[in-house]
Amino acid sequence: MGLMSRFNMIVKSKASKMLDKAEDPRETLDYSYEKQLEMLQKVRRGVADVATSKKRLELQASKLEQSVAKLDTQARTALQQNREDLARVALERKKGVQIQLQSLDEQRAQLQTEQDKLVVAEQRLTAKVEAFRTRKETIKAQYTAAEAQTKIGEAITGVSEDMADVGLAIERAENKTETMRARAGAIDELIESGVLEDVTDSRDSIDRELEQISVAGGVEDELTRLKAELGAGDGAAGQIESGEEKP
Amino acid sequence: MIVRILGEGQYRLDDAAFAKAGEFDDRVQAAAEAGDEAAFAAALSELLDVITASGTELAADEFEGSDAVIPGHGTTLAEARDLLSSEGLIPN
Repeated sequence: MGLMSRFNMIVKSKASKMLDKAEDPRETLDYSYEKQLEMLQKVRRGVADVATSKKRLELQASKLEQSVAKLDTQARTALQQNREDLARVALERKKGVQIQLQSLDEQRAQLQTEQDKLVVAEQRLTAKVEAFRTRKETIKAQYTAAEAQTKIGEAITGVSEDMADVGLAIERAENKTETMRARAGAIDELIESGVLEDVTDSRDSIDRELEQISVAGGVEDELTRLKAELGAGDGAAGQIESGEEKP
Repeated sequence: MIVRILGEGQYRLDDAAFAKAGEFDDRVQAAAEAGDEAAFAAALSELLDVITASGTELAADEFEGSDAVIPGHGTTLAEARDLLSSEGLIPN
């Protein structure tokens, strides 16, 4: 059996699930129309879900881009202070973040494709549902019960297949966003655990080391200045504040 | 004969065109069985071309069941397998 037949069976089986028949065939029309409207809501929600997931990836990417800029600055600062070891650590981390960024970009592009497909699916189904609404009213107004039965069968079989088609697109997009969410969650965890240095959060170890170097340098400078002052014979410099007295 | 391209609409094909599509369908099937991703993509793309070039797209107000269904442009072998296995028709 070729692929065309296999896919046909899948769509037919999904479509048949949407073919619940009412007692009065004319009611079947209204029932199917309601289902179509529900499916339209579903595909619109699907578009919104994909957009939300994409937004999350974009936020993460912008955080990671900040990390790259920060690590770059750290590497320069470290080199200026002759700390090639620290500069190396910063550059290694930068490389790691850049790899994550690249994968985020790829995922974002995939979600964009899914979103575009769902938007097209929504437009198609909207046109179909509108055509069905018109057909439904025509059938109700013009045909005798026997004629109506045939016309109703055709219209509903046709539109059910469209709904199955859109249903598959929604399922696919949901699967993709689910996978993305899991990956996005993993990156969030990495950022939180400090592996990927979130710049909006507390400072990382490179920062602390650089700060210590700068603190040490500052203390030396201050000592030199104080010594110079004392050497100049200024007695006030000896005044040291005492702590709180106990009662 | 009516062929639906998933996500892309339905096309009406005459018997000759439908037979030709069947030949290309066999190639897609063979590539899928061989697990050849590149051959699958190429064969599917050719099959889609045959259908869109030789068929006439159905309008929104034509309600017809399809005689055959194929996945749309850019469907990967993995995605096609996912679609098929969701109904348990073929094992992975």
